[in-house]
Amino acid sequence: MSTFVSDTLNVMNRELKPVWREPMAVVFAMIQPLVFLGLFAPLLPEMATGGGSALQWFVPGIVAMTALMGASFTGANLMEEMQSGSHERQLVSPLGRPALLVGRALKEVVPMLMQVAIIVAVVTPFSFDLHLGGVLAAAALLSVFSVGVGALSFALALASKGEDWMFWTIQQTLLFPALLTAGVLLPIDGAPRWLEVVSMLNPMTYVVDAARALFAGTWPADVILQGAAGAAIVAAVGLLVGVRAMRRSS
Amino acid sequence: MTRGLTRHFTSRKQTVEAVQGLDLEIGQGELVAFLGPNGAGKSTTLRMLTTLIPPTSGSASVAGHDVVTGQRDVRHAIGFVGQGNGAGHRQLGRDELVSQGRAHGLSRADAHRRAAQLVEDLDLAAVADRKVSSLSGGQRRRLDIAMGLVHLPRVLFLDEPSTGLDPQNRANLQQLIQRLHAESGSTVVLTTHYLEEADALAGRVIVVDHGRVIADDTAARLKSGLGDLVRLGFGSAADAARAAARLERVPDSRVDVDETSVDLRVKDGSTLVGEVLADLAADGVPPTRVEVARPTLDDVFLDLTGRSLREAQSTESPTDESTRTESEVAA
Ligand SMILES: Nc1ncnc2c1ncn2[C@@H]1O[C@H](COP(=O)(O)OP(=O)(O)OP(=O)(O)O)[C@@H](O)[C@H]1O
Ligand SMILES: [Mg+2]
Repeated sequence: MSTFVSDTLNVMNRELKPVWREPMAVVFAMIQPLVFLGLFAPLLPEMATGGGSALQWFVPGIVAMTALMGASFTGANLMEEMQSGSHERQLVSPLGRPALLVGRALKEVVPMLMQVAIIVAVVTPFSFDLHLGGVLAAAALLSVFSVGVGALSFALALASKGEDWMFWTIQQTLLFPALLTAGVLLPIDGAPRWLEVVSMLNPMTYVVDAARALFAGTWPADVILQGAAGAAIVAAVGLLVGVRAMRRSS
Repeated sequence: MTRGLTRHFTSRKQTVEAVQGLDLEIGQGELVAFLGPNGAGKSTTLRMLTTLIPPTSGSASVAGHDVVTGQRDVRHAIGFVGQGNGAGHRQLGRDELVSQGRAHGLSRADAHRRAAQLVEDLDLAAVADRKVSSLSGGQRRRLDIAMGLVHLPRVLFLDEPSTGLDPQNRANLQQLIQRLHAESGSTVVLTTHYLEEADALAGRVIVVDHGRVIADDTAARLKSGLGDLVRLGFGSAADAARAAARLERVPDSRVDVDETSVDLRVKDGSTLVGEVLADLAADGVPPTRVEVARPTLDDVFLDLTGRSLREAQSTESPTDESTRTESEVAA
């Protein structure tokens, strides 16, 4: 167990080195969500969002979107290391296979938190009320969610065996439906029945709903619990699938 | 030590018999080179021995542990420098060295000390604190080698370690490997395409082709009987023919004439060449051009299989036909 912890820390530390060294890369990775924020927020009619300001409704979704995008891209880094040979070098080292995956997935929390901080800082001067406690609780939920998505992204990279096109095709094919059915960009209410069903089956839906409640400074126990469950399911499935993939890769 | 019994490797839909029934015994502290053309199965063998891929059949043990059932123990005992780049391109060289040391259980202080030592040994001081992607090919290669050495492994596997190194760094690498070998008594197994390199580094050379061992001997013995190649150029074909006739008298040699050039293959050709030149000048046919070449992998290969490397590559297709031909020739 203790070697698992130290191995995981070793892997996580290594993955974080480039993040600390080049924090601007984290900012650049957010350009797309910020563009969405600028373009979509003015389009949302007040009533569609339950009366509050459009920004208040939209920001938690954008935060969740940033978490999903960042973590789902992260497999590309592993892919690069698979192609260059540094993944192989780590596989030959005594590092535990689960640690090789878990350490990587845990690292996703750091850029995600940096991005949440930036988004909140950007929108607070506008018609957005900051409820710090709620934001922190939402960030905790999203951290768990990010770890799961990151693990899935690594699993996809391993399954693609270094074939870029396969990784990107699958990642892109899954990314936008996941975003849309979770109600990140537009409210799902009043959508056709089948879309509602898909939305209900998407664990991210619950994470986003919980984040919205928390960002608004409200603490509805059932919504938060469902959000936590959604995030936990993504994390559990992600880590399970990811560790399996890592075990198989050698 | 490395006790390979029989290893078979098949892969993908069509079967590529990359390594076919290899039986090897490498003792603790040996310095061994795998020598063979592209696609011979060198990397595949190393990848099996380093737990990266399981053997299709047969078994192998490294440092006393089975490569399949004792993966963890094998990984603790070995260092591996693969054909690719071990250092992550987004990382700093020194960070990678330290993290590799930590992965092998060194304390933080020890890992830093080893990293500093290796940065010096491999002449990386100027680039160790730069992003790996900004390093030149040879600098990256040296960093890879440093990473394989961080934990002073009991068994070190190097897949074409000298690829991309300039002559000075090549010599430096040879010294480094020999020093590691002498100081820590590590077993070193490396692959190479160059006979001179195998000769300079390894006590034992295993020549492989089509996944089989076709020779296992010292470099000196592989080369003996081959001799150096002395290539002489003449002003006219007539001079060449006359010189060839005279050269026939050199004992234990082979002479081939091609228009105005004459090839003399003889043991110790580089020391004999002075005498040969004086003799030809005295005979009135001084050569206009002289080249002396040491035997190469191609020569050894030709000698062992009767085929040159280029032919070997054209018949490399993994059909039964080619493997059969190969085994007949090797037999
Ligand atoms: N993963 C794989 N899938 C299919 N074929 C493979 C795989 N790995 C190796 N091979 C094949 O096995 C044979 C041996 O390859 P290997 O990489 O061991 O050669 P090598 O001796 O290291 O050559 P080189 O000098 O070019 O590095 C080649 O024909 C290669 O195409
Ligand atoms: Mg190779």
